[in-house]
Amino acid sequence: MHQLPQTLVNGLALGALYGLIAIGYTMVYGIVQLINFAHGEIVMIGGFGALSVHLWLPAGTPLSAALPLMLIGGALASVAVATAAERFAYRPLRDAPRLAPLITAIGLSIALQQLVWAFYPDAKKSRGFPQFQGDAFELAGNLHIQRDDVFVLIAAPLCMLALGFFVARSRTGRAMQATAQDPDTAKLMGINTDRIIVLAFAIGGAFAAVAAVAAGLRAGQINFEMGFILGLKAFTAAVLGGIGNIYGAMLGGVVLGIAEAAASTYIQHIPGMQQLGGGGWKDVWAFALLILVLLIRPQGLLGERVADRA
Amino acid sequence: MRHRPLLILTSTLAAGTLALSACGSRDGGKSDDNEGSGKQTTVVIGVDAPLTGSLSALGQGIKNSVDLAARTANKNKEVQGITFKTEALDDQAVPASGQQNATKLVADKTVLGVVGPLNSGVSQSMQGVFARADLTQVSPANTSPELSQGDNWLKGEKKRPFKTYFRTATTDIIQGRFAAQYAYKDAKKKKVFVVDDKQTYGVGLASIFAQEFKRLGGEVVGTDHITVKETDFSSVANKVKTSGADIVYYGGQYPEGGLLSDQVKKTGARIPLMGGDGVYDPAFIKASSENNDGDLGTSVGYPVEGLDSAKAFVQNYKDAAYKDPYAAYGGYSYDAAWAIVQAVKKVVADNNGKLPADARAKVTEAMGKVSFEGVTGKVSFDEYGDTTNKQLTVYQVKGDTWQSLKSATFKD
Repeated sequence: MHQLPQTLVNGLALGALYGLIAIGYTMVYGIVQLINFAHGEIVMIGGFGALSVHLWLPAGTPLSAALPLMLIGGALASVAVATAAERFAYRPLRDAPRLAPLITAIGLSIALQQLVWAFYPDAKKSRGFPQFQGDAFELAGNLHIQRDDVFVLIAAPLCMLALGFFVARSRTGRAMQATAQDPDTAKLMGINTDRIIVLAFAIGGAFAAVAAVAAGLRAGQINFEMGFILGLKAFTAAVLGGIGNIYGAMLGGVVLGIAEAAASTYIQHIPGMQQLGGGGWKDVWAFALLILVLLIRPQGLLGERVADRA
Repeated sequence: MRHRPLLILTSTLAAGTLALSACGSRDGGKSDDNEGSGKQTTVVIGVDAPLTGSLSALGQGIKNSVDLAARTANKNKEVQGITFKTEALDDQAVPASGQQNATKLVADKTVLGVVGPLNSGVSQSMQGVFARADLTQVSPANTSPELSQGDNWLKGEKKRPFKTYFRTATTDIIQGRFAAQYAYKDAKKKKVFVVDDKQTYGVGLASIFAQEFKRLGGEVVGTDHITVKETDFSSVANKVKTSGADIVYYGGQYPEGGLLSDQVKKTGARIPLMGGDGVYDPAFIKASSENNDGDLGTSVGYPVEGLDSAKAFVQNYKDAAYKDPYAAYGGYSYDAAWAIVQAVKKVVADNNGKLPADARAKVTEAMGKVSFEGVTGKVSFDEYGDTTNKQLTVYQVKGDTWQSLKSATFKD
């Protein structure tokens, strides 16, 4: 068990990344009951937006100085695509049967991937993403934090605090809660629900861009297919934490990240489980955990029992 | 609670989209017309390789080298009364496109042999099509053992699945053992941590390496697997570090291999990662900004530049002024095409200077007996269609390039 601290740190960094993406799924679902399956691609586009800014900056700009600009560039790209998707792909289908926007989302996901593949320069294979140079920070004898993980470990809680404050304290945030509870009544009370829905997509897009930069820093590369696995894992995290609950999304992400790290480290040390451990099985164990949680708490870790809409 | 079933449905759909991928197929370039006299019969040598996409540099080299072999055969009147032409098709490294191309080539009765493809996975989808048509296929680059020795080669049950399949590249059985011998004897590594990507190529290569490394007296201190297209291998990297290994062997391709190497080094374990020809690619070094100096990769054959037998090929290739270089598999492609030329020559000679009616079957038969001094050394095939030439090279990362470290012929 001497690897426990390191496993927790690795899992936490990965989980914070999942959590940031999961918030985009959960907010949109909370307000329009739509699983935006193109959200993984919104992350990917945020990554390419940030990379474009980095390529545009003069060579030799220190990464710490470039990072804020990259975040802005990435956020612009992903918010633009997310809000455009809402306006042109989902809004016309708002009163359609539930399956129509779902299929649209899957189609949009493939279309966005192929567009980047075809039109972004050299995106047919992975593009390098800048990383912080230097060795990992040594916290204790056997515990390291990679420089590139520091970003996500700081950014994720900050984003969460800001979002929590915004939803709980601001007028717009309260309007969001009202829309989530009952869109028709909210409309009668003078809330512009269309605007609120666009805002949910935009916030999800901005968080996706932060996640994309974190993913790019961690791996040192991004590619047009990166959104698929990230999106799938984040969606899982959102369901695990209780879909519709923003704190649940982050909690679900962290639980999933730590579960993956722990499964690939420890399962193979359980007697008789040698064949079922290691990195190849981590997704199996993560999904087993998801199923277990949903059996005990169908609404997810922090989910509430949502009354069915009339 | 109406949305609960929808969640289950959406999860299922998400998994379903895994299976979706876009692919298409385009025709590659047609070869030049050759000046032929009146009574010439045209024989076409087909080429299938990725001519577009990320592997196109290798594919174009294959196509041009086959073209050069055909031109040389025509210039030297290698086979009296026969003019060789090439027809190159693009498989984009996609199995389905490869299968379409195979069907196209089979339908053209003037095609008597095909050189290609580059990828073992693409080959798997083409072999059956060629075999049913008795059409000879020679790959200059496939390394997966099961292509020539059947699915149970790892258990030691060798059975040749397709009599029409030949290759001038050596197999992963040789490559994996060669790598293990280098790691243990030359690099003096004693403890290896073996990782694979759960794919056919990677698992085969990694298991052969581990077997040979143990046989030599080395220790396998740990094994793990990673998933293709993922980018976070920090848990595996951690295990490598705590295992006390002095080398990592990775069976798989360069995108994940490059990241794994970088993440192992980030944990503070300054040990090299070694892989097969799947990692021997400039993109491996550029996977992230981490320094890969000292990482090792094996690849089949010798760097052609260093071979005396290849001097004429290198010169002729230059004179022909092709747009792309001959790349890693140029010499092997030339030899593959030349083997087809030699087989055609024998078939024509045995049939009073004309092509027989069942030319394809006769060419396949003649292929097994082909033997000549080629660009890459002596070219001939064993009873499985595998090359008898067992040359390999170890490359090492220095700065931003792979540099050849040691070339040798594999010995048991």
